[in-house]
Amino acid sequence: MSKYSMHLLVCGGTGCRASASDAIVENLKTELEAKGLSDTVQVIMTGCFGFCEKGPIVKVSPDNTFYVQVKPEDARKIVEEHVIKGRKVRELLYVDPKANEVIEDSKHMGFYKKQIRIALRNCGFINPEILDEYISRDGYLALGKALTEMTPEEVIKEIKASGLRGRGGAGFPTGLKWELSRQSQSDKKYVVCNADEGDPGAFMDRSILEGDPHSVLEAMAICGYCIGADTGLVYIRAEYPLAIQRLKVAISQAREYGLLGKDIFGTGFNFDIELKYGAGAFVCGEETALIHSMEGHRGEPTLKPPFPSVSGYLGKPTNVNNVETFANIPVILLKGSAWFSSIGTEKSKGTKVFALAGKINNVGLIEVPMGTTLREVIFEIGGGIKNGRKFKAVQTGGPSGGCLTEKHLDLPIDYESLVANGSMMGSGGMIVLDEDDCMVSIAKYFLDFTVEESCGKCSPCRIGNKRLYELLDKICKGNGVADDLTRLKNLGLVIKDTSLCGLGQSSPNPVLSTLENFMVEYTEHVHDKKCRAGECKALMTYSILEEHCVGCTACARACPVGAITGERKQLHVINPAICIKCGACLEKCKFDAVIVQ
Amino acid sequence: MDQIKLTIDGKAVEVPKGTTIYKAAKTLGIDIPILCYMDLKGLNIENKPGGCRICVVEVEGRRNLASSCSTDVSEGMVVKTSTIRVLNARRTVMELILSDHPKDCLTCAKSGKCDLQDMAIKLGIRNIPGQEFAEMSTYRLDTSPSIIREMDKCIMCRRCETMCNDFQTVGALSAVNRGFMSVVAPAFEMNLEHSPCTYCGQCVAVCPTGALTEVDHTRNVIAALSDPTKTVIVQTAPAVRAALGEEFGLEPGTLVTGKMVTALRTLGFDYVFDTDFAADLTIMEEGSELLGRLGKFLAGDKDVKLPILTSCCPAWVNFFEHNFPDMKDIPSTARSPQQMFGSIAKTYFADKIGVKREDLIVVSIMPCLAKKYECQRDEFSVDGNPDVDFSISTRELGFLIKQANIQFNGLPDEDFDKPMGESTGAAVIFGTTGGVIEAATRTAFELHTGKSLSNVDFKELRGLEGIRHATIDFGGFPLKIGIAHGLGNARKLLEDIKAGRSEFHAIEIMACPGGCIGGGGQPLHHGDSTILKARAKAIYAEDTSKTLRKSHENPYIIKLYEEFLGKPLSEKAHHLLHTHYFDKSKNTFSI
Amino acid sequence: MSSVKIELRKDQIEKIHEICKSFNYEGGELINVLHKCQHEFGYLPAEIQEVVAEQLKLSVAKVYGVVTFYSFFSMIPKGKFPISICTGTACYVRGAENVLAEFKKQLKIEVGETSADGKFSLSCLRCVGACGLAPVVLVGEKTFGRVAPDGVKAILAEFEQ
Repeated sequence: MSKYSMHLLVCGGTGCRASASDAIVENLKTELEAKGLSDTVQVIMTGCFGFCEKGPIVKVSPDNTFYVQVKPEDARKIVEEHVIKGRKVRELLYVDPKANEVIEDSKHMGFYKKQIRIALRNCGFINPEILDEYISRDGYLALGKALTEMTPEEVIKEIKASGLRGRGGAGFPTGLKWELSRQSQSDKKYVVCNADEGDPGAFMDRSILEGDPHSVLEAMAICGYCIGADTGLVYIRAEYPLAIQRLKVAISQAREYGLLGKDIFGTGFNFDIELKYGAGAFVCGEETALIHSMEGHRGEPTLKPPFPSVSGYLGKPTNVNNVETFANIPVILLKGSAWFSSIGTEKSKGTKVFALAGKINNVGLIEVPMGTTLREVIFEIGGGIKNGRKFKAVQTGGPSGGCLTEKHLDLPIDYESLVANGSMMGSGGMIVLDEDDCMVSIAKYFLDFTVEESCGKCSPCRIGNKRLYELLDKICKGNGVADDLTRLKNLGLVIKDTSLCGLGQSSPNPVLSTLENFMVEYTEHVHDKKCRAGECKALMTYSILEEHCVGCTACARACPVGAITGERKQLHVINPAICIKCGACLEKCKFDAVIVQ
Repeated sequence: MDQIKLTIDGKAVEVPKGTTIYKAAKTLGIDIPILCYMDLKGLNIENKPGGCRICVVEVEGRRNLASSCSTDVSEGMVVKTSTIRVLNARRTVMELILSDHPKDCLTCAKSGKCDLQDMAIKLGIRNIPGQEFAEMSTYRLDTSPSIIREMDKCIMCRRCETMCNDFQTVGALSAVNRGFMSVVAPAFEMNLEHSPCTYCGQCVAVCPTGALTEVDHTRNVIAALSDPTKTVIVQTAPAVRAALGEEFGLEPGTLVTGKMVTALRTLGFDYVFDTDFAADLTIMEEGSELLGRLGKFLAGDKDVKLPILTSCCPAWVNFFEHNFPDMKDIPSTARSPQQMFGSIAKTYFADKIGVKREDLIVVSIMPCLAKKYECQRDEFSVDGNPDVDFSISTRELGFLIKQANIQFNGLPDEDFDKPMGESTGAAVIFGTTGGVIEAATRTAFELHTGKSLSNVDFKELRGLEGIRHATIDFGGFPLKIGIAHGLGNARKLLEDIKAGRSEFHAIEIMACPGGCIGGGGQPLHHGDSTILKARAKAIYAEDTSKTLRKSHENPYIIKLYEEFLGKPLSEKAHHLLHTHYFDKSKNTFSI
Repeated sequence: MSSVKIELRKDQIEKIHEICKSFNYEGGELINVLHKCQHEFGYLPAEIQEVVAEQLKLSVAKVYGVVTFYSFFSMIPKGKFPISICTGTACYVRGAENVLAEFKKQLKIEVGETSADGKFSLSCLRCVGACGLAPVVLVGEKTFGRVAPDGVKAILAEFEQ
């Protein structure tokens, strides 16, 4: 990178590309060309910076100037002002909403202050399509170290000592998994990277693959060395075209450099990687289902044991880890297990990437040390609740997780604490909800997802989740009875207790955790036929405030079913028996006389 | 083998490593309820998807319940099979399954023999909470000539899929769709008629509910019996007599030939005949065909088609027509005994009693569902009038007898009518795997060598091994015989022939496990191979009890040739007793 | 189940053969083969599945079982402009349902259907990873962010010549 004195880093993550970040790259290049600066200033399209809320992002290195919501036409200004004259383009800088002051560089932004980036270390810094850039940031050094200086046992010992646990959901100790795979005797073994990120609202794996694909390839090779495998397979969602393309580029570059293939680093170690495509089935995140899918079957899970480490892909010992887990490996080997385990809590070491979304100011991808509190994540990094609304809950762990509330805000985030409070880490989705969100509806949303994604193999998941959904729907439509709440709970517990795989064993969590934390909303729906968030249409009643109504007749004319009566210049009345709750009157009334309760 | 010590319901037990909790409990006399699990002992077929979740148990130290059918025991494990938690879970899961299951038990074909019904009784299910808001997964009804698929009643136990794919390698069925709408179905959810289904009926035989049942022809039979203008005759296949008793609570393997004849006569059949008669006839034709081909082979003819394959199993015929159409000139052209019977009945016998073809109704009692399809094949009818009008299964005969309020177990024994009720011991063993080829060997040996067999029991051809082979000394010539039962095993032999690796001269193939005794129309054996063995034993017992045990010695067969057919393989015999095969490989989905 | 019966041309059948060959006719590569076929033909009608089954020596029922298991595979041809509405959690809490309802209303089709003129088809997908732009709608390759129900008409107009 020495040739250039300045780098313009443009975010090439999916969100920013959707807002024309490739046009920004084009325009910046054209402008630099025109000014004859192509040799001194380099434009790099990087992986995701994480701060998706304010994308597209352009960052200037070395001064860390952080431009937000950049449009393609801003390219000229950036080149003319910042690059040539050294003056920051003020209107593109990030404004801290609380202090209302302009922040000039990313280091001082609330969004980044509390983050420690290990898995995302290279995202936003390097061009993921250029291997040299990865190498310049110590890329493949860990593989070299492992192959030339360490025995497989030593590497496994180091990973075990680091305390790294699977980042895909369940949190199984990674080093132990590797050890089990190593212990299985077989002529052939496989390393599988689970990149079938299916959690709605989580996109960290995608960002890592798009922003730093080599870190995953390097880790897979290290894993292959440890367990005695010469073949790696990345099982990736077909819906991730950019990640697939970047992986393909990375694999071919690594082969070219001899970092994959035969006799790596002249050590006699052979390892190569192929891609396998998922085809849209959430259950394939479960490792036995994933393996069946890779074998060309329906992605139905099977009972464990046998574990994949004993009998996996094509019946051979197979070590499955997810993308984020792998991305941690090279750093652990380079910086040591002591360094890694110094971060985090007693049982959960290192960092975790979260996709922060929902009713929050700073939507984006963040990486924080384990043990960071929900409050820090939501109110400091996330910048608090959007539009000044009130925080109600945060949903973690996606469809397998649960909702945590105000009282959990000071909970340090780690595997155990989340589970103890009825949620889970999952892959790291974190959806923030405000007072306009109905908790029964949120539970229903997740159950709708589970019903659609259940593979259908076992009866509690196939039928039980459907029944849970129907009960929630019934409650949202105002037909709930007291018994339904008892049934929801019993059904939820039995589905958890009896389902074949992790999908069904966790699918009732959104229901059970909202029942636990928001029982009052359920009882309001059932007994008072009220939805405090105003989300359940069937539970709303429209009425007209006497003191505001001027008798303009606008509402009556707008009503499609003739539910509103009233003489001109007289108070109008809505007949609740006829009203279909379409909201047309509310929209038409200029005097705020129509109210919804 | 390593032994594992564990405790189940407070009792210590030691079992070999790799034993499931379910089986370990069984050794203690603890019968954990199961639904989807199926163990076809002796056939090496085990269906344990762990899908229904009825068999869950509590394992100390484990977060969730374990499915006992598919969880192996481990050292020091402490299992509780009926805690309140377990009972509540089982009942709730059962309520869930029933919430997506039709409630027409009263009129369901499986009523009284339904595993799901039994489980509902066992778990004391009295109501299904919230049924009025519960959507049911519904599917199109599929009626084929043999099998009805009413998949609203499917509980996704996957047993049929296991039989169709793993055991039979037919591949007509697969789990399709996902989640609530997942179901087992042929490709594109078309009807079985447009699939490679052979109608072997093994899916029906293992289905725990009313999702897969046979097409019921008992009404047609009753209608025919009550029509005074019709002469109704019946033929009973060899395997029926060895299993029918089970429908009336008799021990498996109880021979009920005489009671069956009495019952049929009581039902009103004008003549009660035996398919065994036609089996003897089959041996005459097929045996002659074998000798013919063998003779050419020994004379140095290189083009002769060997091995010759038996053709009496209609599911097997369907199988090779779908899967090996390029080899359709290898099997014997002899029709199956059912069809030979019909053909002779509607010509020779009809003439004898002076009844017009269209006024003679031929009913067959078969252990088989493919026979329903076979008798409807176009080539087995004359001017639209089928040689065999209705084929009903052993189970359907059981229903008929019960409907007619016949106290079966107390019936006296009667004999079949003449002439088509007379048979030899060679014919009855058609009902079990290896029987056809043994019968053929008895006749072919004597015709080929001109010597009389001192011992007709070819024990080397018997057994329940999936694929067997034996060499018989045919007067100095070593005749190599292959036997397969189960279409998966048949496929292996066929692949060998195709690849030129087969050294056999003759091969017998039966589609069902154990041969016809394990047919898709038999009383449900629930995969218990001891039942199959008992039935086979009964068949061989009947063979031994006969004075005549070689087909060519059947006096009525001899008479039939003298009076009507001439010689085996004569022109008339060809016309009435032989058939040809079709290429059905393309006749699947492209409709 | 495919409602329209199609007849594959010889060159199309050859293309499928070629795809199967490129995966060594391995049954285990079924999903990759189906991906390629769908990429090539836009969807996977019964006729294509039959050829694939025959080439890979699998039962047609099995191929169909796989096709119907994975939501990415479709047996119905997509519209010229396939519309996908993200219903991931982030988009859901920011109103994706209302956007979806508006698309249904405007196009008069349900999810999984294609408009009568073959121009638009409607589907839902879970999280495209652009949560910062929620709710997100994809039309073909183009991404629309922060879509509100009243913006649906304008999006459709962009593709109606």
